[in-house]
Amino acid sequence: MRLPCPFCGARDLSEFTCLGSVAGPRPDPNVEGAPEAFYEWTYLRDNPAGPHREYWYHGQGCRAWLVIERDTRTHDILGAVLAAEANR
Amino acid sequence: MRYSLFTLAKNALGGNTAWQPQWRDAEPRGGYDVVVVGGGGHGLATAYYLAKEYGFTNVAVLEKSFIGSGNVGRNTTIVRSNYLLPGNIPFYELAMKLWEGLERDFNYNAMVSQRGVLNLFHSDVQRDAYARRGNAMRLHGVDAELLDRDAVRKLYPFLDFENARFPIQGGLLQPRGGTVRHDAVAWGYARGASARGVDICQNCEVTGFRIEQGRVRGVETTKGFVGAKKVAVAVAGSSSRVMRMAGMRLPIESHILQAMVSEGLKPFIPGVITFGAGHFYISQSDKGGLVFGGDIDGYNSYAQRGNLPVIEDVCEGGMALMPAIGRARILRHWGGLVDMSMDGSPIMDATPVEGLYLNAGWNYGGFKATPASGLCFAHLVATGTPHAAAAAFRLDRFATGHLVDEKGAGAQPNLH
Repeated sequence: MRLPCPFCGARDLSEFTCLGSVAGPRPDPNVEGAPEAFYEWTYLRDNPAGPHREYWYHGQGCRAWLVIERDTRTHDILGAVLAAEANR
Repeated sequence: MRYSLFTLAKNALGGNTAWQPQWRDAEPRGGYDVVVVGGGGHGLATAYYLAKEYGFTNVAVLEKSFIGSGNVGRNTTIVRSNYLLPGNIPFYELAMKLWEGLERDFNYNAMVSQRGVLNLFHSDVQRDAYARRGNAMRLHGVDAELLDRDAVRKLYPFLDFENARFPIQGGLLQPRGGTVRHDAVAWGYARGASARGVDICQNCEVTGFRIEQGRVRGVETTKGFVGAKKVAVAVAGSSSRVMRMAGMRLPIESHILQAMVSEGLKPFIPGVITFGAGHFYISQSDKGGLVFGGDIDGYNSYAQRGNLPVIEDVCEGGMALMPAIGRARILRHWGGLVDMSMDGSPIMDATPVEGLYLNAGWNYGGFKATPASGLCFAHLVATGTPHAAAAAFRLDRFATGHLVDEKGAGAQPNLH
């Protein structure tokens, strides 16, 4: 598997580290039902068999955080953007 | 099918044409007391103990492919009970005791070989951590011996003791650990369950649950509706996909774990050895192949195949530990679909749907648990209450904070 870094181009998997699913924004700790929201945010996963958005860190390259969409059944890469841009 | 010297002689003389299948390949009937989803090691063991220990014989095992086609047929066959935490040790020790009596119990040769599992340490702090683990094991009545460097050298003189970066200082040995012929475990449980009346239905994929007023009534399958008073799900890496059909989101990610086998060599590794300074474990099969593996790849995957960086990492670990294997060629390698839970420990519990039970989250170590998983899950399904040895594996422990996290890695499955 080679990952297409927006800065560096297609690079070998060994240069990257995977953090896991893009989970959405951290819950607000000050609202009603915050413990339940934190439980779901921290522990529960969609774990799809198919397209999956996840954070990768290009530690052995440009050291950027990326959001990569990847098919978990085939390892095909469907898209890659800088995490800073994906969350904008 | 039963075996004896007489049947062996008879079939040898008869050209081996009269051997019978070891279990009945059944078609699903309309309704059962219990439907077990998943014909892997855990599912078959559950059906076996349901019939044998709890008197449930109106049981079906539904398998989407052929039995034993998943992780029970693609692991590194190691069994051990060298855990640290109170929630884990009694459970895995129960598994170890069941392994020790398994062949007599189901009257089938599973080649249980207690050849010893040795975890090497390479620094003072690692020795202290292993001593603590060994003490915890002994306090729970599990065998553990802390070996110094000379004792390890006596066992395995061919290891690289003088490695400049990671010199071997000693190891924690569990002499009762070892290996078991993994396929035979699936076959033995299938045969024992089938003989007691359990229907084993292959090529029968569950496509949905029928749930009425919060209670499960059965499962929809590719072979039609199968009614059930209780449904027990043991589908490992497919847990999230299956339980989503019951409206549940699980604390589980599916990852890929790779393992490798070398060409056949003359016997030279008598036991199981793990490298403490990287992730590498190895044993030699009775056929002569070196069976070894290491870390999971570290990203979500359902592909059942991995990538080369992890293979390189595993082989580097092997070369640091025992350079003698450097000339051996890898014959084949494979990837298994593992259900990584959020604290590295399994889940065995009732679900919010009445009559629906879940057995999942075995991470990269489900094989060693197979007999205890089957027995405890059968107990849960039969009685509705958790087995004492598996009481810590609650589904709601993530919400209540009662995690069983051996490594303390947190909700980050690729670090477990």
